[in-house]
Amino acid sequence: MNASHPPAIVVERLGKRFGDFDALSDVSFDVAPGEVMGFLGPNGAGKSTLIRILCGLLRPSSGHARVAGIDVVQDPEAVRRRIGYMSQKFSLYDDLSVVENLRFFGGVYGVPPRELADRVQGAVQMAALTGRENVAAGMLAGGWKQRLALGCAILHRPQVLFLDEPTSGVDPGSRRRFWGLIHDLAAQGVSVLVSTHYMDEAEYCMRVALIAAGTLIALGAPHELKQQSAGGTLLEVASADTARALEIATAVPGINDAAVYGSAVHATSMKADAVGQMLSALRAGGLPEARVRAIAPSMEDMFVHLVQASRAGDTTRPSP
Amino acid sequence: MNRAESASPALSVRALARRFGATSAVAGLDFDVAPGEIFGLVGPDGAGKTTTMRMLAGVMRPDAGQVLLDGVDVVAEPEQARQRVSYMPQRFALYEDLTVDENIRFFADLFEVPGPLWRTRAAELLAASGMTPFRRRLAAQLSGGMKQKLGLTCALVHAPRVLLLDEPTTGVDPVSRREFWQILYRLRAEGVAMVISTAYLDEAERCDRLALLNEGRILHADTPARLKAQMPGAILRVTCAQPRAVAELALSCDGVAGALAAGDGVNLHVDDPAVRRPQLAAALAGSGIRADDIVQVEPSVEDLFVALLERKAPAAAT
Repeated sequence: MNASHPPAIVVERLGKRFGDFDALSDVSFDVAPGEVMGFLGPNGAGKSTLIRILCGLLRPSSGHARVAGIDVVQDPEAVRRRIGYMSQKFSLYDDLSVVENLRFFGGVYGVPPRELADRVQGAVQMAALTGRENVAAGMLAGGWKQRLALGCAILHRPQVLFLDEPTSGVDPGSRRRFWGLIHDLAAQGVSVLVSTHYMDEAEYCMRVALIAAGTLIALGAPHELKQQSAGGTLLEVASADTARALEIATAVPGINDAAVYGSAVHATSMKADAVGQMLSALRAGGLPEARVRAIAPSMEDMFVHLVQASRAGDTTRPSP
Repeated sequence: MNRAESASPALSVRALARRFGATSAVAGLDFDVAPGEIFGLVGPDGAGKTTTMRMLAGVMRPDAGQVLLDGVDVVAEPEQARQRVSYMPQRFALYEDLTVDENIRFFADLFEVPGPLWRTRAAELLAASGMTPFRRRLAAQLSGGMKQKLGLTCALVHAPRVLLLDEPTTGVDPVSRREFWQILYRLRAEGVAMVISTAYLDEAERCDRLALLNEGRILHADTPARLKAQMPGAILRVTCAQPRAVAELALSCDGVAGALAAGDGVNLHVDDPAVRRPQLAAALAGSGIRADDIVQVEPSVEDLFVALLERKAPAAAT
């Protein structure tokens, strides 16, 4: 990350209305060169609307956005030449080989013909596809396909890369390798904006913006968000009788969101002596063997808490 | 239905195998699932999860081995078995031009569930999943999470003893995913046995027992806590602004087997946290890289899985 350079993405009070529906309202944030920023939100929160505006495909109703220094409304063509885009669907040609796909996308993105061979070769190496250059894309396993799609999306050396749920449905090893590549690109100065509702994808981002009902409700580094917003102390209650433990935990004053999690119960407490209070309640309720400890909230705990808090009083929002 | 009713397994799998041409997709699986137990099948793409699910459901014939549902052989007595099991594939076929209620009724008819029974059951299931206000909405107009919940309701309308769920929460947001799991836990309390496949290992931690599947075989099967206890060494989490620099430095230190750079920190797989923590702090201080914090964190099932499958540093494997 390089703080002295101007931001790669600037979003100022951006809004988008569809009829009488606010898909986005008053969203502002910056992304620095070389920063990996995650956009997290439930289905229909406004993530796709935002990305379409930033790609110059949709005009905002209010506010401004600049990508790589260019206003997305004034010169959408110039914006598109400076960005790369990869969706969960990969959009590869299954019956073309690895190299043919790369050449095709290189042509589409206007890579100068005399540089194309070198760039294709570079992409094959970056994506660890050496030895599979002539395999049809349709024959590649999920993780390989995904790396090929990434190679295609960056052949024209974009300054900003948009990833839409990039590792959905890919196995853990491939997922880790993919994120290694993304961080390599970021180290070279590429800014990456990831839209996702997978928590493990969010963990790989340097900062995460949480969007719900078209509004930005939180923004920060993953560890900061987890600390700020668990809404109290997260307790893990372990007992052989999970159902009874849940009953007891739910009835303790100051407890929010008690729920079964695997073989334990997770509950959020607003009280100062959360562990002691829960232990006495369990003893009084006939579960002297139950164990209680405070645990670190996960990204998902943070997400669910903030989304539910923002939804309170807004239960009528239609589903997408 | 309750847990005490039957001590024998709800699902019993013995030496299950299936080949596709020269490829052994499932190469001899053995496991039991008790009534009221959630059993997770986790593994990479191509590990054999979906093939296993299809054989358990009786929609694909195994080449070898046996599947018993409540003691009923799925190959020998398919009709009997069908009454006991419900299979929710990755893309559950809802009728998009039917309403929520009409979809449920269709599946109830298919399984010959008497009218009063399915009406009661559907009302309960819809209430539990927060779907009651949407009973007259067309399935096509539901969000992804709601479609999954409707799929589950349809799959449960004939009160199966065994529920098979193939990657049920792919594409479902976290709030809906939590609601979905709360329904599964309610079914668990009613004694339903469940097999759930997933590539998301944070989700796997919610299961009672897990089988780590790779190339058609089970590498390990146990509770998530006991599986994680098998992880050799420990995970140290370094919170820092330059994860890649920290990862690179750490990999050159003794006793660091792997480094995974995330957004705002690095997870280091070390042999002995008590020894390595001060050493790493000193190495970082010496190189001038700022690290805010080094703490030991619990390994995740994913950490274990990657350690078992790759046995090397993931961040270095480029």
